[in-house]
Amino acid sequence: MKHLQEYRDGDIADSIARSIHESTTRSWSIMEVCGGQTHSIMRYGIDQLIPKSIQLIHGPGCPVCVTPIETIDRAHAIAQQPKVILCTYGDMLRVPGSRGSLSGLKTQGCDVRTIYSPLQACQIARDNPNRSVVLFAIGFETTAPANAMAIKIAKTEKLKNFSVLVSHVLVPPAIEMIASDPTCRVDAFLAAGHVCAVTGYEAYHRLAETYRIPIVVTGFEPVDLLEGIRLAVLQLEKGQAFVENAYQRTVAAEGNPTAQGVLKEVFQVTDREWRGIGTILSSGYTLSEAFRDFDAEVRFPLEWKPVECTNCRAGDVLRGLLKPNQCAEFGKGCTPDSPLGAPMVSHEGACAAYYQFSQLSPKMNASR
Amino acid sequence: MNENPETASTPDTKSNLDTKSAPDTANTPDTANTPDTARTAGLSSWQCAILFSENERVSMTHGGGGKLSQRLVDEIFFPAMENSILHRKLDAALLDCPNGTIAMTTDSYVVTPRFFPGGNIAKLSVYGTINDLAVSGATPIAISAAWILEEGLLLSELKQLAEEMGAAAREVGVAVVTGDTKVVDRGRGDGCYITTTGIGIVPPGRNIGLNRICAGDAILMSGTIGDHGMAIMAARGGLPISTAIVSDCAPLHELIASLVRAGIRIHAMRDPTRGGISSALNELANAVRLGFVIEESCVPIAPLVRSACEMLGIDPWTVANEGKFLLFVPMAESERALKVLQNHPLGQSAAIVGRVVQDHPGIVVGKTPYGTQRVVVMPTGDSLPRIC
Repeated sequence: MKHLQEYRDGDIADSIARSIHESTTRSWSIMEVCGGQTHSIMRYGIDQLIPKSIQLIHGPGCPVCVTPIETIDRAHAIAQQPKVILCTYGDMLRVPGSRGSLSGLKTQGCDVRTIYSPLQACQIARDNPNRSVVLFAIGFETTAPANAMAIKIAKTEKLKNFSVLVSHVLVPPAIEMIASDPTCRVDAFLAAGHVCAVTGYEAYHRLAETYRIPIVVTGFEPVDLLEGIRLAVLQLEKGQAFVENAYQRTVAAEGNPTAQGVLKEVFQVTDREWRGIGTILSSGYTLSEAFRDFDAEVRFPLEWKPVECTNCRAGDVLRGLLKPNQCAEFGKGCTPDSPLGAPMVSHEGACAAYYQFSQLSPKMNASR
Repeated sequence: MNENPETASTPDTKSNLDTKSAPDTANTPDTANTPDTARTAGLSSWQCAILFSENERVSMTHGGGGKLSQRLVDEIFFPAMENSILHRKLDAALLDCPNGTIAMTTDSYVVTPRFFPGGNIAKLSVYGTINDLAVSGATPIAISAAWILEEGLLLSELKQLAEEMGAAAREVGVAVVTGDTKVVDRGRGDGCYITTTGIGIVPPGRNIGLNRICAGDAILMSGTIGDHGMAIMAARGGLPISTAIVSDCAPLHELIASLVRAGIRIHAMRDPTRGGISSALNELANAVRLGFVIEESCVPIAPLVRSACEMLGIDPWTVANEGKFLLFVPMAESERALKVLQNHPLGQSAAIVGRVVQDHPGIVVGKTPYGTQRVVVMPTGDSLPRIC
């Protein structure tokens, strides 16, 4: 914690912000990829510290936001099966599927439990040999290694009542999808620091070169974020485009080989649907052959038709094509209390963040 | 619910147990602290001679209104709550009231685990209700306690909880003057729930209330935030971490009385329990249609709580407190109020955290150490840990 305070230091943040102001001569759009970065930006008001000509676009890196409605509905259907205990991370509870959220299921008597670590799901399986424990394994490359470990443990211990509903997504294909879009408005990416801590950032060199776009590996504290923005702006102003690491205390170029080894053993790459965006080739994980026995989709072969709200334009928001308040449903049919799409659910979701600020009086917005 | 004293020594066929009445010990005050055995005439005397054994549990019979019900009263509740009003064993406690306005509050306690670092459900049920009275400007007079017990609860644990309640009530100088007990089938409760109701008196001339909050008021926090909620979370064992965080569970009436004695012009107070200060501040700002501005770096948070919240992705502003309050006073009195708070053991880490403004009515704004601002939102429900 003491160590963390250095990266929250007001004076250091101030001096980096000043340097950004001095370097900026034009308008730039920078996308922070990860939802955790969006959270910090909103939490600390980082967007208020940088020049108005720099627009921060909230990227698709919020795992609950991009989990397809079909998968949430599948989790729903599985949780309703007799004797099932569905284990999920907390922020997934309120995300709406086409038949409501998982927290709604709890009120109907389904056994949905919030876990902090996937290893808790293994323990629940050990403690309840007569129940079927399903781990809802969502998230990016960050949560995947821990979920993979839980699956490995289940296999070693022959936990027959344990299975996983895998909906892991991978960051580089999403960045490529956005960068390659002809309507792309993003001038530079702040890559997700914690994802890179696992994967490293070798894969980004090709993207930076191919799409002539700066990619800066960035952390999550105010000083980290400002430093990431500063390096991105310097590249943009000089017309450069390469991969830089502004999060060296955590990220090594090659990443974490141990975690990568576990991922390679347990998962294999597959095409994945991203909510509101569509299918991205080779953008997710599914269980590898050796672990297929633990696939909840195989254990619970259920069929239904999901219905996505057609008015929700979360996909355009996540791609940076639309500001949340430009959506017709914003603040009317869609509010944090009754969200139509995932970005309105969690506080750091782009739509929820906009909604909160829209409540401030114009006078106050002007005064900042 | 109504019983006559004479039913005490005869089987009661009613399905509930009412602890409001009990064997008449008013004439034998010397036995008040011990289970009355030899003096009880008739066939029941030999039964009462046996104190419950270590492994004895609450059974449905304890709620049947008969002898076992009486034993709960005699051996557990009465000795623990000992006071003269309770011993009058009337259907309703009769209390002499000084002049003023009566304040009344009620709260139910369902916390698990029942014992946690820094407190337990029984203690909490006294302090929580005392605090609701105290922040309303009332001097607590008496409380009632209704216990809902699940069949199977160990009597030894019930006794311990009753003693904790009695001790907490004595500590705050308020008697538990009436009560009730029900037993529910195993599986239909969670061991033990307690509902306490408290009444207090707001002396004439004391004018404390939300309507007095006005632009220009200072907002003070009486101490660190988030201790109780994080202690409970850790004690539930659901966390992959172990911590030494202790609940802040404490009665606030003395601390508040010290402000009154010092002549501080208190405009309003609120104890930010469930939902933490985010919830309490939003509720108040919305009620008074004024804006609040909070200097984030001024809000006191214990390092352990901060670390635990950080690790779990939980916002400490949304975490429950059980021994803290928000205080609204005129800005000119804020420094003096702060000194009074800090001079009391429960207010040592108090701080001036913000102010009330005319702008952005109903909205709480947090000022960051970077000179930026954010909207402090009303938490939607339970604090949910984030994964990204």
